[in-house]
Amino acid sequence: MAGYILRRILYMIPTLFGMSLISFLIIELPPGDYLTSLLATMSDSGQTIDPAQVELLKSIYGLDQPFYVQYFKWIWGILSRGDFGYSFEWNQPVSKLIWERMGSTLLISILSLVFVWVVSFPIGLYSAVKRHSIGDHVFTLIGFLGLAIPNFILALVLMYVAFAWLGQSVGGLYSPEFADAPWSWDKFVDLLAHLWIPIIIIGSSGTAALIRILRANLTDELNKPYVLTARAKGLPEHEVVLIYPVRIALNPFVSALGWVLPHLVSGVTIVAIVLNLPTAGPLLFRALVSQDMYLAGSFILLLSALTLVGMLVSDVLLALLDPRIRLG
Amino acid sequence: MSVSDTTALPLAEESGPAITPLRKGTDPMATAAAGPWRLVARKLVRQKLAMAAGAMIVLLYLVALFCEVIAPGLPETSRAQYTFAPPQRLGLFVNKPDGTSTFQLHVKGYRTEIDKVALRRTFVVDETRIVPVGFFVKGPAYTLWGLIPMDTHLIGPLRPSDPMYLLGTDRLGRDLFSRLIYGTRVSMSIGLIGVSLSLMLGVVLGALAGFYGGWVDMLIGRLVEVVSAMPTIPLWLGLAAAIPVTWSPLQVYFVITIIVSLLAWTSLAREVRGRFLALRNEDFVTAARLDGSRERRLIFRHILPSLTSHILAVVTLAIPTMIVAETSLSFLGIGLKPPVVSWGVLLQDAQNVRTVATAPWLLFWPAAAVVLAVLSFNFFGDGLRDAADPYHG
Repeated sequence: MAGYILRRILYMIPTLFGMSLISFLIIELPPGDYLTSLLATMSDSGQTIDPAQVELLKSIYGLDQPFYVQYFKWIWGILSRGDFGYSFEWNQPVSKLIWERMGSTLLISILSLVFVWVVSFPIGLYSAVKRHSIGDHVFTLIGFLGLAIPNFILALVLMYVAFAWLGQSVGGLYSPEFADAPWSWDKFVDLLAHLWIPIIIIGSSGTAALIRILRANLTDELNKPYVLTARAKGLPEHEVVLIYPVRIALNPFVSALGWVLPHLVSGVTIVAIVLNLPTAGPLLFRALVSQDMYLAGSFILLLSALTLVGMLVSDVLLALLDPRIRLG
Repeated sequence: MSVSDTTALPLAEESGPAITPLRKGTDPMATAAAGPWRLVARKLVRQKLAMAAGAMIVLLYLVALFCEVIAPGLPETSRAQYTFAPPQRLGLFVNKPDGTSTFQLHVKGYRTEIDKVALRRTFVVDETRIVPVGFFVKGPAYTLWGLIPMDTHLIGPLRPSDPMYLLGTDRLGRDLFSRLIYGTRVSMSIGLIGVSLSLMLGVVLGALAGFYGGWVDMLIGRLVEVVSAMPTIPLWLGLAAAIPVTWSPLQVYFVITIIVSLLAWTSLAREVRGRFLALRNEDFVTAARLDGSRERRLIFRHILPSLTSHILAVVTLAIPTMIVAETSLSFLGIGLKPPVVSWGVLLQDAQNVRTVATAPWLLFWPAAAVVLAVLSFNFFGDGLRDAADPYHG
């Protein structure tokens, strides 16, 4: 088992390398670098920046050197001293800006994943056992809608509904009076009151997909001869369904961690921009618009790494669950 | 066949010969002689939902093709006196002064009232002002496909200066219905062009990986893994943000199409690779190889045709992703920009909750268009996938 995990981790390295290359490509993509345009705007408005500091930044990040040198300096900075580059817009190292935002992104992604699991399990089970019942058709229809409505449109609609009918604004994670308050029970309740809307929005498409998968898998499983045998032996129906078929059909729930997570992280990004949540999304977006590329690239790299870790965890869990994967 | 079905069979039917009875209305000889495409088509036609979705897709592309004719006005015509005018209902009968009513397609005109509290104009439907509406009326001049000068519109007010806003207007007093129709062309074509780019990438890379295996497969497999593991929206944002603001709308349109397709080819490549691996050692491929076919001929003449239906299904399912991608990017303001009209650009007007509260139609109709398109492609693609393999299941 330890060997398997080690192999999987080693296997991750080239993928991570590819991701860092793509992220750095995005940093390099806009014509000109931020430092140049910053200097231009500052000299336009009559401000000055310490030439020594400019030279220092240039030499640290190799801004006047070719692509591969810059990439190497960037990657080496991350690996050796956790330095993701310098945010020229915020005038701070990127690493000071990202971790809190990554934390809230991770929190919302995980909560959405839990939401996806909790909601899709009973519905998928019901739909598979009561195939073609009215309830099954209703859930299938809702599921198709959940897959078809883009996250941000759902967010806009919910915002409008909350605004027009409930007279409440749904942006942000806290009400204004709690935004800067220290942690307290009331603040926690307030957070939960704000959190459920983004979680439902972000989880909608994943839930729909997982319901479909569970329904299909469980249906296949229920038609197998061993289920017939169990019924013939007179096992009560709930044992016939729950003991073996559900256990086997549950594998996609674990592997979902791998493929749902990129969707969730994507969803968190755009929904957070619409709802103005303090996650990576709005900051990434702002950084991209103002071409603060080290900040933007670092976010893209970290968000990608996040989904990669999700895949690793899902692979390890699958191997624990299913000896065919571990030994095969 | 589920367990309950078998047990429910009456004894008389079970005592017959141990073969599956033929489905009613099938002619075994015709089926045996039919080509694969006929079988796929036959299987597809049986799925009513997929067929309805297919008809919807055809309709959407017809709208995209003839948007100039279908739209009652031009997308950029703005009338300041009709800002945020609400949608009008299309009426069929008009009451005459003598009490009888005649058939006349019409909409009711607007009257403005000043809201004393909020100090803003609100529109009230003016029952007395009838705007007669007709089909194939003369309206603002346009050139169809930039080639044919015309001024006939499928539907419009009989007097061109009358207001007819079936879906309301936006904050500049532009007709949302016309803009939505024009947006259909941009949004639907991005899906189509983007998917053809993805298709090329996916088929070539997938075929190389599946056919040659070994290190080629390994390398392409890693590439697919990297691209598909990266969360799409941050990556799209990153790529789209690099488009210089000075570029012309047409350039932006093509770059957005390329960006959207750059991330969508992976599922196609995976599908093609899997099929290639499965088909590589089939007898007909071995036979062709022994006949002296070159590799190119093997790939393009023998293997690819036998997985065309699968590719079609995956392609259909990839189009909605592209439409949503374009819509999201344009909505955030880093995709297509005005004066180009796409569904995403229209949704940009609905970004502000207060605007939506004043004019909910600005959110509702473009969103409905996106959802309708995505649902249609999903249903049709699902049906196509089920029908893609006519020899099994």
